[in-house]
Amino acid sequence: MMQQAKSLFLLLAGLAVTGSSRAAWEVNMTEGVTAVSRNIYGLHMTILMICVVIGLIVFGVMFYSIFKHRKSKGAVAHQFHESTLVEIVWTSIPFLILVLMAIPATKTLVEIYNTDEADIDIKITGYQWKWQYEYVGEGVSFFSNLSTPREQIRNVRDKNPNYLLEVDEPLVIPVDKKVRFLVTAADVIHSWWVPALAVKRDAIPGFINEAWTNIEVPGTYRGQCAELCGKDHGYMPIVVEAKSQEDYDAWLQAKKAAAGKARELTDKTWTMAELMARGEQAYNKVCAVCHQPNGAGMPPIFPALKGSPMATEADQIGAHVDIVMNGKKGSAMQAFAGQLSEVDLAAVITYERNAWGNDTGEMVTPKEIVEYKKTGEYIEDPAKQSMPDNQQASL
Amino acid sequence: MTSVTDTASSHDHDEHLHGPAKGLMRWVLTTSHKDIGTMYLWFSFIMFLTGGAMAMIIRAELFQPGLQIVEPAFFNQMTTMHGLIMVFGAVMPAFVGLANWMIPMMIGAPDMAMPRMNNWSFWILPFAAVMLISTLFMEGGGPNFGWTFYAPLSTDYSPPSTTFFIFAIHMLGVSSIMGAINIIATILNLRAPGMTMMKMPMFVWTWLITAYLLIAVMPVLAGAVTMMLMDIHFGTSFFNAGGGGDPVLFQHIFWFFGHPEVYIMILPSFGIVSAIIPAFARKPLFGYTSMVYATASIAFLSFIVWAHHMFTVGIPLIGELFFMYATMLIAVPTGVKIFNWVTTMFRGSMTFETPMLFSTAFVVLFTIGGFSGLMLSIAPADFQYHDTYFVVAHFHYVLVPGAIFAIFAACYYWLPKWTGHMYDETLAKVHFWMSFIGMNLTFFPMHFVGLAGMPRRIPDYALQFANFNEISSIGGFMFGTTQLLFLFIVIKCIRGGAKAEAKPWEGAEGLEWSVPSPAPYHTFTTPPDVK
Repeated sequence: MMQQAKSLFLLLAGLAVTGSSRAAWEVNMTEGVTAVSRNIYGLHMTILMICVVIGLIVFGVMFYSIFKHRKSKGAVAHQFHESTLVEIVWTSIPFLILVLMAIPATKTLVEIYNTDEADIDIKITGYQWKWQYEYVGEGVSFFSNLSTPREQIRNVRDKNPNYLLEVDEPLVIPVDKKVRFLVTAADVIHSWWVPALAVKRDAIPGFINEAWTNIEVPGTYRGQCAELCGKDHGYMPIVVEAKSQEDYDAWLQAKKAAAGKARELTDKTWTMAELMARGEQAYNKVCAVCHQPNGAGMPPIFPALKGSPMATEADQIGAHVDIVMNGKKGSAMQAFAGQLSEVDLAAVITYERNAWGNDTGEMVTPKEIVEYKKTGEYIEDPAKQSMPDNQQASL
Repeated sequence: MTSVTDTASSHDHDEHLHGPAKGLMRWVLTTSHKDIGTMYLWFSFIMFLTGGAMAMIIRAELFQPGLQIVEPAFFNQMTTMHGLIMVFGAVMPAFVGLANWMIPMMIGAPDMAMPRMNNWSFWILPFAAVMLISTLFMEGGGPNFGWTFYAPLSTDYSPPSTTFFIFAIHMLGVSSIMGAINIIATILNLRAPGMTMMKMPMFVWTWLITAYLLIAVMPVLAGAVTMMLMDIHFGTSFFNAGGGGDPVLFQHIFWFFGHPEVYIMILPSFGIVSAIIPAFARKPLFGYTSMVYATASIAFLSFIVWAHHMFTVGIPLIGELFFMYATMLIAVPTGVKIFNWVTTMFRGSMTFETPMLFSTAFVVLFTIGGFSGLMLSIAPADFQYHDTYFVVAHFHYVLVPGAIFAIFAACYYWLPKWTGHMYDETLAKVHFWMSFIGMNLTFFPMHFVGLAGMPRRIPDYALQFANFNEISSIGGFMFGTTQLLFLFIVIKCIRGGAKAEAKPWEGAEGLEWSVPSPAPYHTFTTPPDVK
């Protein structure tokens, strides 16, 4: 018995000190890692304390009355019901408190709105359901998708510590630099929010909102989309990695080099099998959220691709390329021409025309996509027909 | 404050007056404010259970991280419909039902000013509600864009059923506007001789002001959904940036309706507790005049604070400051009301029957909701609070104890007058305590997860929010199931129980207690004389 009690105590003590259990019982706002976030935290605690003090007084009087002025305790009701003086007092005191509170709030707000003289500009675009980061003037641009595996969401596998707060490619910025965010959206309204930076800005199609941060401590900071943006609103996290200037420069160089590598891939001659393999990957990352991994979609909002005329009929191949490249106006179908590389675009279209029993045997090559971008029209490349038949048969 | 000289009138003339018709047609054709009030209240309760069932689905899915019970697409339909049904189906019709039953009896009028229109205002509601709920069974599902239905998610990216949603909102709006016109006409024209404006019960005052808010903002909502309809079907681009429109315009229009709307859902509650607290403290309401002015100030301010719902959309600094200051100001008249209620209790002679329990809880919990509202008004801090569970906690603290608890208090307070029987006090107290504990267990932890960074309207969440969500869900199930007990208590009270006197509450004031219990089918056919 003693032993059990002792082990229970140790277990509880262990829970109390481990970081994860502390986080699970977190009750307050983060202080964050910027001057602005600390100011906001200060405002939050001040106004909270004002509320607590007023609450203690008001509820104190109320509960005193509830216990003392009961009929069962023989209380006799007084009949007073008016006092202009009292009304003036309890109108003016709250008013004065509010004026005092408004002063620091105004200061902080002015600070938040001062987006001048930034060292780095990053354009953030919200899409259903991912973020695009574009380093203005650097030629670096990439998408950031949720990286938590589907099996964890479906409770088939154990969840990572950063479940739903992890991405394939985080936003990387240097510390101690004023970074300006230009926030917009490509489809519906999103909101870019990282609590540790105290930055929350709505991403609105047709508008460019400005926000800024200056992170003081290197580290990884996590946030989420804060504005309902459709089905997978809960699945578009934000991860910011704050690095030292040297690390940031190295990262930026590597990113530029990788972009060059990706361009070389376009000129390569691709086989059906290669395109299918790459297409499956890209499809599952980008297209499957709506059209589903099995191509069945979620009609009528997200149509099925499996067996659909557009993905199976030979004369529809141009329309298929067109919709993937330019999207469909007035629907959730986005324009992917600017989102995916030529290789991935070709691979995805090829995959959609051959997966799940669509089996058209037709292939769209990266070179054809390059041509499409130039002419605005899909013209079949006669050279690709010379590919050996056995490669197609192997599928 | 008032006294009645002519109380016997209804009894003497009973034989000349027709009673209610028999059967179903009584309810379809009725022009009696009492029958229509009863129908409003039953309709509202059915909607409360429907919207509540959706909340149970939401809490069940959020019991643990991961997707267990519903898909994200359906989850969004549940949060949207829960909000729409609770706002337009449960809270607003309940207040109109109470207004129908009580306002004529409180001001000594025989009925509402426009009884036939009254019938029509009610009978629109069930059809609008059926249409709204039927969207869940349509191809593509029901509305899934939140009860605030921000464009373009609700226009270009919405399911086909959105058109039905728009039609349902129009019908609900028509019903509300007609109800409001009727209430204003009744209060301004049918008061008994001697019942001056400043002698009216607070419930009548708060409803008069609420009715003006309704007439001012329901057409704005109708305009917003009509523009959505045009964008969806007729190629306009009011809210589509790609066509030269403005998605933020939608939010301005919506919240110009939406902020007065939240006061529409709270002002009648102020009237209810202003009747109940004096009754059970056996002491007149403290500061009646300042209560009237405070209510009017809150109503006025409600029109100039809408953009505090939009602090993160990127409005200019000067706009941000204006809306922050204006919003902070609302704390002043609201504070006055709370101080007045507490002072009414002070040095009273209090007893705590169920209406008083709900009213006391109203004052405490609504104040907590007011505090979080004040915190939200601080624009820089709102950058951290906005669209998190902190906001969900805030508006449930003002709506559940604010609107719903006040409606419960009103029902228990006036049930003896409506049915002629006393309700079961023990069961009612169980109902109160279960609701009180369940409500706090559900919504208090939401402050914590919100501050810790959990966004609202998500079907699945990061692991650090798991513990408090589990507690919230348990509280939610407790609060939800408890409401079935309320149904039982009301039915039991209708079917029998101790005979209620004309004035069952020792300290109650007002004309409604001068007529017998249950109130005869026709009351005040001769106006009472109010001194």
